[in-house]
Amino acid sequence: VGAPRPQRSPRREGPGLLGPCCGAAPLRTVEPLEYYRRFLKENCRPDGRELGEFRATTVNIGSITTADGSALVKLGNTTVICGVKAELAAPALDSANKGYIVPNVELPSLCSTRFRSGPPGEEAQAASQFIADVIENSQIIAKEDLCIADGKLAWVLYCDIICLDYDGNILDASTFALLAALKNVQLPSVTINEETGLSEVNLKQKNPLVIRKHPVATSFAIFDDTLLIVDPTAEEEDLATGTVTVVTDEDDRLCSVHKPGGSPLTGAKLQDCISRAITRHKEVKKLIDKVIKSIKPK
Amino acid sequence: MVLLPRPTPGPVPSAGPSSSLSRCPRIPSPGGTLSPLPGDTSVLAGLYGPAEVKGSRESPDGATVEVLLRPKVGLPGVAERSREQLLRRTFEAVLLGSLHPRTSITVVLQVLSDAGSLLACCLNAACMGLLDAGLPLSSLFCGVTCALDPHGDIILDPTARQEQEAHAVLTFAIDSAQRKVLATTTRGSCSAEEMQRCLVAAQRAADTIFQFYRDCVQRKYSKS
Repeated sequence: VGAPRPQRSPRREGPGLLGPCCGAAPLRTVEPLEYYRRFLKENCRPDGRELGEFRATTVNIGSITTADGSALVKLGNTTVICGVKAELAAPALDSANKGYIVPNVELPSLCSTRFRSGPPGEEAQAASQFIADVIENSQIIAKEDLCIADGKLAWVLYCDIICLDYDGNILDASTFALLAALKNVQLPSVTINEETGLSEVNLKQKNPLVIRKHPVATSFAIFDDTLLIVDPTAEEEDLATGTVTVVTDEDDRLCSVHKPGGSPLTGAKLQDCISRAITRHKEVKKLIDKVIKSIKPK
Repeated sequence: MVLLPRPTPGPVPSAGPSSSLSRCPRIPSPGGTLSPLPGDTSVLAGLYGPAEVKGSRESPDGATVEVLLRPKVGLPGVAERSREQLLRRTFEAVLLGSLHPRTSITVVLQVLSDAGSLLACCLNAACMGLLDAGLPLSSLFCGVTCALDPHGDIILDPTARQEQEAHAVLTFAIDSAQRKVLATTTRGSCSAEEMQRCLVAAQRAADTIFQFYRDCVQRKYSKS
């Protein structure tokens, strides 16, 4: 039982909600599924969105000045912040020319009543694994680019993704925050002194990372085994019978199709998800390009 | 090239609602051997329930499903947790949990050897465990792994080496009722068209696996 969330005024009124004497709020509390079904029958949602519509997405780059790169992403009420910290380390012996990327997703107890403090729960661990898979599958950064001296020195990028407000669709918000933060990373140039063998960091000369691919995630909730709704809120995720997340890159290739159980879907329905994900990629790419341009007025 | 999947899980001992581990006859693996052959992927599935559930996890309108995935060596980590979540949600989708409210159903999957297509093997082992325990299910399911080799050919049930060389590896859980996709997870990147081709191949392979389930159960019940 959480505090009532501020709602955007619905553009379309819900149809025939319990008649004039009775508001919709009791139905929402007592029979949330029935409440949702009445909206979905008319192809809209209680917050005024259509079934295939994302919540308002905002992104702020460079929010944490002490990090090497950071971004804050909001999807409606869901707020996620990602900070990238770069450290120097020796590369692993079996991959001497590669650096490391270490992602971690945190769902602290402050972001929602559903999480307890303590060691990360299943959802946080599954989200961390998902982000690690997306980095690996999409090759967002070539790990060879992080190597400074073969077998001696390489960058380790710690990508900490922390949820500040949980209102569903944490995977999309996290993937977006990660991408935006990585685009913001400025690494100082490092040279190895031939005589002493020590590394010298030149903080005055900073270079951006080379981002090879732009993976963008699009999540869907499956309602009543058939209906697919985009960008589910926490309430919608709880009522849904399953979720699907599709990650695409700019070449329309699939970096991940993640459906952890739930209602069975046909191949055609999955194809619908992929098509929606491809259009979402264009929207997000446009947004991120605009933000990057706005902070570098040249 | 389309290869038929190796008939997957080896021994599946399970303790159903009315049977203990020792009394329950094992579903014999195709060769009749109970020890996993080296070089094959094998997973041992043990199923406990419906049993008593701890207070905080009790659900008034359905059974609480718990999945424990044990790696061959070491302690389960983040990767296992993420797979447990996928497996649990897959079981919840087919299990008629509302028939056993306020109970827990625990599926323990112990990896015995991993030679590729591990997740698919876990799914198959768990489904046979559920079948053997006699729990009410809305449909059966099976796991199929497809690898796309650098030429774009589909390899069904790839070995660990083929998985490493492939540019994409896709695992599907297919249900027996309408051959729909219960769960899917991918590694590497592929085009939408390639994914659909893999799905069709996986759906075709599913028929073979369901026939294998049928044969196993038939053999079990025809013995005395």
